[in-house]
Amino acid sequence: MKQHNADDSRTISVGPLDPLKVKADFPILQQEINGFPLVYLDNAASTQKPAAVIERIAHYYETENANVHRGVHQLSQRATDAFEKGRETMRAFINAAHSKEIIFVRGATEGINLVAHGFGRKFFKPGDEVLISHLEHHSNIVPWQIVCEETGARLRVIPMDHQGQLDMDARLLNDHTRLVAVGHVSNALGTVNPVSEIIKQAHSRNIPVLVDGAQSVPHTPVDVQQLDCDFFVLSGHKMYGPTGIGVLYGKAEWLEKMQPYQGGGDMILTVSFEKTTYNTLPYKFEAGTPNIAGVAGLAAAAEYLTALGMEQVALHEDALLKYAQSRLSEFEELKIYGTAVHKAAVISFLFGDVHPHDIGTILDQSGVAIRTGHHCAQPVMDFFGIPATARASFGIYNTKEDVDQLVNGLKKIKEVFG
Amino acid sequence: MTDLKQLYQEVILDHNKNPRNFGILDQFTHKAEGYNPLCGDRYTLYLIIQDGIVTDVSFEGAGCAISKSSASLMTSSLKGATLPEAQQLFDNFHRMLTEEISSEDLPGKSCKFIALQGVKSFPTRIKCATLVWHTLKTALEGKPVITTE
Repeated sequence: MKQHNADDSRTISVGPLDPLKVKADFPILQQEINGFPLVYLDNAASTQKPAAVIERIAHYYETENANVHRGVHQLSQRATDAFEKGRETMRAFINAAHSKEIIFVRGATEGINLVAHGFGRKFFKPGDEVLISHLEHHSNIVPWQIVCEETGARLRVIPMDHQGQLDMDARLLNDHTRLVAVGHVSNALGTVNPVSEIIKQAHSRNIPVLVDGAQSVPHTPVDVQQLDCDFFVLSGHKMYGPTGIGVLYGKAEWLEKMQPYQGGGDMILTVSFEKTTYNTLPYKFEAGTPNIAGVAGLAAAAEYLTALGMEQVALHEDALLKYAQSRLSEFEELKIYGTAVHKAAVISFLFGDVHPHDIGTILDQSGVAIRTGHHCAQPVMDFFGIPATARASFGIYNTKEDVDQLVNGLKKIKEVFG
Repeated sequence: MTDLKQLYQEVILDHNKNPRNFGILDQFTHKAEGYNPLCGDRYTLYLIIQDGIVTDVSFEGAGCAISKSSASLMTSSLKGATLPEAQQLFDNFHRMLTEEISSEDLPGKSCKFIALQGVKSFPTRIKCATLVWHTLKTALEGKPVITTE
């Protein structure tokens, strides 16, 4: 499948996703762990990379590498082309209106911090409110706490119910709300939040909304214009791209009003010791030499997903979720946390009184990689009164056989702990 | 399963299920809390140290089978130990998980925690086993606390 590229994807009519064919595209998945074929079910933490992404990065360093937006020489032009083509690819991938609304950052975390700084520090005043949800990852909690402390604004939280769904009747929007920041999909429980509804409610009061899309972009089609969100962040490494690269999408009208996040090269037009004029969008927010190879790799990942078809990705993962839920229900002692009606392919669970860490070690001995811990969402754990869960999260290369291997691994818990 | 059985030995499973010295001491002279933010394991250690001897010790908290059994085995080995002996136990435990040593190299009270040697083959779990030992160090380095609860 190395031939996947943006041009091909427009001409191929996309059929149902074949996970075995997809798996063959991922070199790292061709190995055994502890004598078993590797079954990677830690996709909500980070995904593996297809050969197309790995080769794209190597190709960049072998033939295109130089600094961007600077030199007059050939390589500088090639690097700039790779970088700006990557911006256009990411614009198309989330259907932003303009490529200048695509800001490259290190990941979703940096994207949120950029908005907290550029928007929050500039506009929040004492008594203002920032609205987040109980389901947020720490990365969509802590940046707001920091800026609230500095500005005198107040953090408010949309509550959730025992299924892990947001209480949309809480009516927390009011005249003091300056911004809503909410996750699209919960990394800890898999809940798909009703972000369209939240955005509509907020916009009826002219309140901008940031959507944390780190967990949604790899699994479902995203159209930021249709969502009408004001900001959207994503991480490359969670969508089969490299680490250290991500995107902040922002409506140009907001980005224009915000203050720069970092100062340095590339984000300026003129500099003197008396006054500096900032560059235009998107460069105003991209100080310093960017992660050019990361952008090339991220764009290759987006092209790979586009060729598979994000609708097909969503269908495949939903079928896997249903299959996994039905297989896991065979264990009486297994309890799933997060049973939202709208749910991504993430299963957080506990197994009797066996600690998640022990579950993780036993599964690893069966070649199955899962995450154990609080998933950077301690308020969610506190809500359920538990310190941690085991979490299996699925991706494009996972098969029903992977689920079966998970189930066989879980049977060993009983053998060990009785 | 061989490796798993090596890790989750009967002694470990027993101490996990029925931890020794579990609970809060009515009176204690030293106390420290150990927390692993990555996995949420959290223990509090209570000690009575009189005339340089650990006369009583207990722990409470929650965590995985490795951390809990380690706490249970540690407290069992500590009772009656002098402070230099406690330091020796700490060093022996550390050596057991980082060096190639046999049970003969773990004299006296150290043989109590030999069952945890299997953790050495599971590098990601070593911090589970050492959590409560680091808590001990914190407790011993801290100033004595006088409390009655």
